[in-house]
Amino acid sequence: MSFWNDPLKVAADWLEGVFTGWGMDAVLSHVLVAFLGVFLLIALLMVLDIFLVWIERKVVARFQDRIGPNRLGPFGLIQPFADIIKLIIKEDTTPSGADKVVYNLAPILSMMSVLILWAVVPLAPVVLGVDLNVGALFLIAAGAIGTLSIIMAGWSSNNKFAMIGGFRQVAVMVSFEIPMLTMLMIPTIYAGSMNMNAIIGAQDVWFFILSPLGALIFLIAAIAELGRAPFDLAEGESELVSGFNIEYSGMKFGMFYAGELLHAFTFGGFWAILFFGGYRFFGLEQVSPFLAILILIIKAMLGYWVIMWVKYTMMRIRIDQMLGFNWKFLTPLAFALLLVTALMNALLADAPTWLYALGMFLANVVTGWIALEIARSATRKEREQVEGIKTPVEAHH
Amino acid sequence: MSEWLYIALFIVVGLIIPIGAIGAGFIFGPKKPNPIKESTYECGIETVGDAWIQFKSQYYIFALVFLVFDVEAVFLFPWAVKLGQLGLYAVVEGIIFVTILVVGLVYTWRKGMLEWV
Amino acid sequence: MTAQQIIFMIVAAYTLGSALMVVTTRNLVHAALWLVSTLFGVAVAYALLNANFIAVVQVVVYIGAIAILFIFAVMLTRKDMRDSGPQMNRNWWAGAIVAVLVFAGLAFLLSGWSGFQNTAAELPAEFDAISLLGEALTSPQAFVLPFEVASVLLLAALVGAVYVAFNPTKK
Repeated sequence: MSFWNDPLKVAADWLEGVFTGWGMDAVLSHVLVAFLGVFLLIALLMVLDIFLVWIERKVVARFQDRIGPNRLGPFGLIQPFADIIKLIIKEDTTPSGADKVVYNLAPILSMMSVLILWAVVPLAPVVLGVDLNVGALFLIAAGAIGTLSIIMAGWSSNNKFAMIGGFRQVAVMVSFEIPMLTMLMIPTIYAGSMNMNAIIGAQDVWFFILSPLGALIFLIAAIAELGRAPFDLAEGESELVSGFNIEYSGMKFGMFYAGELLHAFTFGGFWAILFFGGYRFFGLEQVSPFLAILILIIKAMLGYWVIMWVKYTMMRIRIDQMLGFNWKFLTPLAFALLLVTALMNALLADAPTWLYALGMFLANVVTGWIALEIARSATRKEREQVEGIKTPVEAHH
Repeated sequence: MSEWLYIALFIVVGLIIPIGAIGAGFIFGPKKPNPIKESTYECGIETVGDAWIQFKSQYYIFALVFLVFDVEAVFLFPWAVKLGQLGLYAVVEGIIFVTILVVGLVYTWRKGMLEWV
Repeated sequence: MTAQQIIFMIVAAYTLGSALMVVTTRNLVHAALWLVSTLFGVAVAYALLNANFIAVVQVVVYIGAIAILFIFAVMLTRKDMRDSGPQMNRNWWAGAIVAVLVFAGLAFLLSGWSGFQNTAAELPAEFDAISLLGEALTSPQAFVLPFEVASVLLLAALVGAVYVAFNPTKK
């Protein structure tokens, strides 16, 4: 076993040897090594996060036919560091009416809820935090803490905009959690496990091919969960002036901002893991764990790029439209897809792989098509009703 | 058990890093508070009334509907894990389980409780 | 004492302390947040018992859904959220006595049980709790009927909530 085949274990064993050589207790040295490993991973994530700021700004600039940051360093690469220095030396104001403890706790919890997601992300077959057998549900559990941090931020700021923004965001997040939970069950059914590594291991055929509709619904729910456009009505610069984080300044705002970017990248990663084979790419992941990590990061970046693409192409929609879309269309569709998948899985249990994949793919296409037809006829009926009576339609916010 | 040790470490480090970042901001940032700076920001207009007011019931309804489906999903996860080895009868059970709840969703819908008015 | 027992003691003390804060804090939203803290402590206790699924479900359902519901409910019912009525009434000492007696009774009963001082046993490597749970929930010999009845129960909860919230004067 060499460093190139199992870097994590070799490095950990070596370090533990060093620590026990100093006369440290075996258990203690194990915990210390694990702590250092986790610290290293999270520190690397924070460095990545800094560059995500640059990537996000460059990509949005390209979408909007601009150049983006280009003054500091080559391609403006030093720009995010300037941003961070600015955030650090800004004065940290707290509104006088705020609930101080809750107000300060919210950005910390927000960042933490994103960072702990990486505990279950398998970067390579042997490079992963925890091989948790409830990995898929852990995703939702970490999201629950993120939801809580938003409600804490919104309530404790003692500001009407923050309050409305926070509450709307939470209403949206909990609503879209249902299609997300349901779509997490689809890779679970295919793989027969909630373990992330097992889900990747089962993807000889990418689950995207087995369930394109599932991947799409997961993406929509993930974007809503992230609170990004077109579902960023809680931020609503024109109405709510940034929503739940309106009163935050300096590094506390930085935590919300960095947390959002890293969250988007993380969900790009989960999208890749659940539907696009994670670190697997035509056997390349067997060559070296480092290659596997590279593959996963590229796939996660592509997922993140899709999320940005959606964000900078679509317009914001209203909260009533958004919740209506979730409860009247996405949730029933997600349940229908789950049941169709379960049924097809049982019917095609003994079929060869190509037939299984084809059957699943067609079942997805048919389910999506039927759902769209139903939605089309329903909306047409509604439109005819509205246009026939000729009553002015008021926008309720 | 040792799995949870790692999760605990992730939680601890996940708390340390943001606290460190905010702490750095606290050390390096200026601290010159004044009442205007600390007033509630509402686009420059004097704030009127209290932010902590009574909210409308719609939020509560959505949270309740969410809770029901959340619990439902929790029941379905073990079912989904084992589904591959169970055969058609388990699928039928799952269909019955979900259909009963979709009836609830339809009822909520028909009563107009999913409208955001 | 083993490390596991020490961790359990710390977690139990944390959970109980949070629970005490829930009933004594004067701010309703703070009470809800302390409740979240209590429920998180319970999740850690499940994790200590190797019950991965239950631990994660505890966080998903209680922190992700029920705590949010509580906070929304607080926003719904009280006009002024900083309203802080008295936390105790004149009979608080009777409640305290009953609580102590119940605790003493339970502790006495459990002290006779063989597992009272045991720590959680290591599970065998191939033991897959979720898979077994899935099988038990769907097997006709086991819990298929409770599984379906749970669905009916959830339906009843939903219909009840909608009925209570339904306002016929609204359009």
